[in-house]
Amino acid sequence: MPLKCQMCDKAATFHITELTGGKPQELHLCEEHARKYLTQADGPEGGPPSLAGALAQQLVVGQAAQDLARLDQRSCPVCGITFYEFRNSGRLGCPHDYACFRKELEPLIANVHGEAEHKGKRPKRSQGDTSQQVELIRLRREMKEAIDEEQYERASDIRDQIRKLESSGESG
Amino acid sequence: MMLAGAAPQRRDFFPGKVGTKRMGRGEPLKLDELARTSGEWLRGSGPESDIVMSSRVRLARNLANFPFICRANDTDRAEIERTLRECVARINETAKLQYVDVNKLEGLDRQFLVERHLISREHAESVGARGVAIDQGEQISLMINEEDHLRIQVLRSGLDLQRAWEEMDRIDDLVEDHVTYAFSDPFGYLTACPTNVGTGLRVSVMLHLPALVLTQQIEKVFRSLQKINLAVRGLYGEGSQAMGDFYQISNQITLGHTEPELLEQVGKVVPVILDYERKARNVLVRENHDNLHDRVSRAYGILQTAQTISSEETMHLLSSVRMGINLGLINDVDIPVVNQLFVHTQPAHLQKIRGVPLDTANRNIERARYLRRHLAKGKDGADQN
Repeated sequence: MPLKCQMCDKAATFHITELTGGKPQELHLCEEHARKYLTQADGPEGGPPSLAGALAQQLVVGQAAQDLARLDQRSCPVCGITFYEFRNSGRLGCPHDYACFRKELEPLIANVHGEAEHKGKRPKRSQGDTSQQVELIRLRREMKEAIDEEQYERASDIRDQIRKLESSGESG
Repeated sequence: MMLAGAAPQRRDFFPGKVGTKRMGRGEPLKLDELARTSGEWLRGSGPESDIVMSSRVRLARNLANFPFICRANDTDRAEIERTLRECVARINETAKLQYVDVNKLEGLDRQFLVERHLISREHAESVGARGVAIDQGEQISLMINEEDHLRIQVLRSGLDLQRAWEEMDRIDDLVEDHVTYAFSDPFGYLTACPTNVGTGLRVSVMLHLPALVLTQQIEKVFRSLQKINLAVRGLYGEGSQAMGDFYQISNQITLGHTEPELLEQVGKVVPVILDYERKARNVLVRENHDNLHDRVSRAYGILQTAQTISSEETMHLLSSVRMGINLGLINDVDIPVVNQLFVHTQPAHLQKIRGVPLDTANRNIERARYLRRHLAKGKDGADQN
């Protein structure tokens, strides 16, 4: 049974977790009340937009319920986090999420920071092969899954791949 | 079998018993001894330190080849901790850091580090492989496996943001010599929470604003700060209540501005708030001198004579005494003593100093005894237990 909006009898299509203040506070609202909630003051403490606020605001403005459901199910091929999980926790799963969910994150980030492009310090070292680093994250997760499923031979193969990648990364 | 290779638990850095007491290069970091001292940043020596307790900068950094903490399994977390612990050991020569394995600490010791501002509450309450490297003066701390893989913090006494940043920049470069940070265009340094992305830099100042609280102008100040995208928090950061009239003011935005711009954003608003606070103090002295003097003297008197006292009341009264000293209404105790009392009368500190666990009622008695000993009038009193 779908969750009801906390303010009325309609189905709750927006699930907002406020992270400001001590404990995360969960809100389940229909579209109308979500819009209302987000247009009141700027979050519970006033001031700069909170992540949850910005996130929900963007979704209220940009997404129909169906699109939202589809987006929520999308997951990162590297760490496995779904957009729904990110939306609920406010935390991303790995560096690759910034590439994988870039289209969704860009307006959100612009909303929070007022800018979408980094200025300032950069690493002195070359970043190396980013795809290789990302591949390492994916392989480690795959190895863990193989172990959990007791597929030890597969796990062993993956471990060899990881070692190969790690050693090529060190020499390069 | 073969899978044991997944997470080699090497402990070859920091020889000796790794855990609560012994770390560093064979040198013990004794939390019990630490409890009797205080960090450099509490000395009250920096610029504007009558109102600015401390300046703090922190950087959020992540390793490029690991998932962020919320998707990291135990093996990943152990590997991240090992990688960064070894990195800390390598930069040890220049930065003189000692490593504490937070995962092996008991709850009281973790709380103790929170009270000293060396780890965050989130880091204390989290689970699994994690640690913190601390320098001798307690001005630098590197938290491993907090919300991000690495959180570097530099604290300085008074208003000293520029030097805090220079120190931070140097440590960040040293760390980066050994690891590859997650960084990409256009977002910059990548962080678990998009609110920290870009520079990963949080610049904050801890201000003591008793007169603005007393004259009920503090809300007005907060509202204007929030309008210019600055956040206001309590003594122990996010979600913590303002205790002892201490407020942390920090930048909310981390992306799209250079580090010096972010320093400037916080730095330029501080003189304005200092001016408000000093004006409010002057008004109190001019128009309400007797009441103010009475308030400050009573606060001092209670702290000198109470037999049992809560942490909350202590903070509240110490705040009045601190302002009283700054206004010349109290002359026989120094600011660094009071600064230290704010920290040493916290629950975990009292228990570490006393050396035994104490329940709330006994903590209140111990706190009162500690205050009497440190604020006693004249030499005779100072020697009392």
